[in-house]
Amino acid sequence: MTSTTSTLMTEPAAGRFGDFGGRFVPESLVPACAALAVAFREAWADPGFRSELDELLAVYAGRPTPLTPARNLSAQLGVELLLKREDLAHTGSHKINNVLGQAMLARRMGKTRLIAETGAGQHGVATATAAALLGLGATVYMGERDIERQQLNVLRMTTLGAEVVPVTSGSRTLKDATNEAMRAWVSDVDEAHFLLGSVGGPHPYPWMVRELQRVIGAEARRQSPTVPDVVVACVGGGSNAAGTFAGFVDTSARLVGVEAAGGAAMTNGSPGVVHGARSMVLQDAEGQVTEAESIAAGLDYPGIGPEHAHLGAIGRAEYRTVTDAEVVDAVRRLARSEGIICALESAHAVAWVLRAAGTPDLPTGSRVILTLSGRGDKDMTTMLGGAA
Amino acid sequence: MTALVPYVTGGITDDWTDYLLAYQEAGATAIEIGLPFSDPMLDGVTIQQASDRSLSRGTTVASILEDLHHVRGQVRVPLIVMTYANLVFHRSATVFCRELAEAGIDALIVPDLPVDEAAPVAVAAADAGLDLIPLVAPVTPDDRLADIAALGDSYIYAVSVMGTTGERTALGDAAGRLAARVKAITDRPVLIGFGVSSPAQAAEAGRAGDGVVVASALMRRVLDGATAAELRETVASLAAALEDSTDYATAEVSGDRR
Repeated sequence: MTSTTSTLMTEPAAGRFGDFGGRFVPESLVPACAALAVAFREAWADPGFRSELDELLAVYAGRPTPLTPARNLSAQLGVELLLKREDLAHTGSHKINNVLGQAMLARRMGKTRLIAETGAGQHGVATATAAALLGLGATVYMGERDIERQQLNVLRMTTLGAEVVPVTSGSRTLKDATNEAMRAWVSDVDEAHFLLGSVGGPHPYPWMVRELQRVIGAEARRQSPTVPDVVVACVGGGSNAAGTFAGFVDTSARLVGVEAAGGAAMTNGSPGVVHGARSMVLQDAEGQVTEAESIAAGLDYPGIGPEHAHLGAIGRAEYRTVTDAEVVDAVRRLARSEGIICALESAHAVAWVLRAAGTPDLPTGSRVILTLSGRGDKDMTTMLGGAA
Repeated sequence: MTALVPYVTGGITDDWTDYLLAYQEAGATAIEIGLPFSDPMLDGVTIQQASDRSLSRGTTVASILEDLHHVRGQVRVPLIVMTYANLVFHRSATVFCRELAEAGIDALIVPDLPVDEAAPVAVAAADAGLDLIPLVAPVTPDDRLADIAALGDSYIYAVSVMGTTGERTALGDAAGRLAARVKAITDRPVLIGFGVSSPAQAAEAGRAGDGVVVASALMRRVLDGATAAELRETVASLAAALEDSTDYATAEVSGDRR
């Protein structure tokens, strides 16, 4: 069995995180996944690759991002709240960390174009950005419903030169965009790299994306004067949470992932195989994957990364849910208390702190590091709709 | 004799088993039955639509097996189920394989279950007396082909193109090359599928392999409202084309095939 300390630290043997993970993909994709695992292992061990990525993260993406004390909210809530400001990274979210690493890897592997799925559009924008920077093509699959509610990000992607392909199947959201991106990859495995945006999918993606997002947790730990009592992040597929947790898994800090009530695979799901991995999945009694329903397009996903499923199963991380109404309230409260408009996705973590502070779940006086995964410009139309 | 394996999505209409019986009458060697899944990652738009339509009618694995029970006395050809890993594992591979076998299913194809993940299903299938038919692709390296050929003992399914299921205007030469590579390492018969649409393509695939799966081209007609009688004609024309190609292949064999 994987021990607690190796979780979030090492490459998973055979792509397994305890009972979860694996590589449940068509035979057509197995050689590509295997080649990707080898290429990432080599690149990650190559000081030249690492220093080039670190340089890009610093001079291009704006890292390190600050750890901002939320002084007013802390005083109101009776906890010490520190915000890891991924909203200040280039393109407006933590997605850039993963995308720069994978795009560099794709170029190193001789690929000429990137294929990506996107929900809220943050990963799509980050992919389009990295493609422009590194001279690669980019095709982004996005559910028709998400295109309607995230118009700003669609315009950003096309401005950056990416092709945005509307996905009309199923629920027309992230789940279906992921299916379509994988189908597109099967048809062009030689030239295209599938730049998966979260810690889901077949091995090596959950491991690779967690490693590329580890910078969030590593920085936060360096920036924090003491070990926090609680580390909290929102969870859809779970990439910002995995990267944040990775920096604190070997400390005494509680790790809390906050799910959308309508897309809570950890809280309401059961083990299943979807999008290439065994993990927790929202599904009906027959094993058909059900549609998530969240105000935050980036969390509108019925699955979760397999390492989260494992962290939950062994009790190292805890998962909570908040409702859309709590999330909208959290965006406003953070904006008016701290002058920071965060993304609806990130506001899930804020909403849990607002609810739990002063209760046994988050006692008064707790030190909390919260990853603010992205900024909220893209959500203003949705927020107006919610207010009407 | 080259096998012809037409496909039908289980539960696509109230009387979907009429298609199955029509295929049999038209000369199908075996019939592939799709158990629809919400996220068919390897399927193109036709099978996606067929799956969605079936699921929206309330189809379940149990309802498909129940429908099959009603026509069991009339079915003489082997039945092959194709479905995705989540449905196989949902209750347990053991329960799933046993229920299939009890319903008279002979074999199982799971497109998102590569050999590396297949062990528990292979054991469950063998215990239930089901053949697990593994898939190989044009990109599968030779050493891996050998590992895959060691899994099960009936057909091997050769995915003829790098892409999803769906009709194509040309089959390309990948199918023939792949079938030849498989035949170089195993005596197991090779089924060729993905993109076989017309009688001419079926004949072409039939010369390369031991059997041909035709799915999207038939399901497109079903989605467009074709009757079982109409599909019987379509499958009969595929069977005739295959028969001609087999004669041709036999003639070739009598010469120097190399």
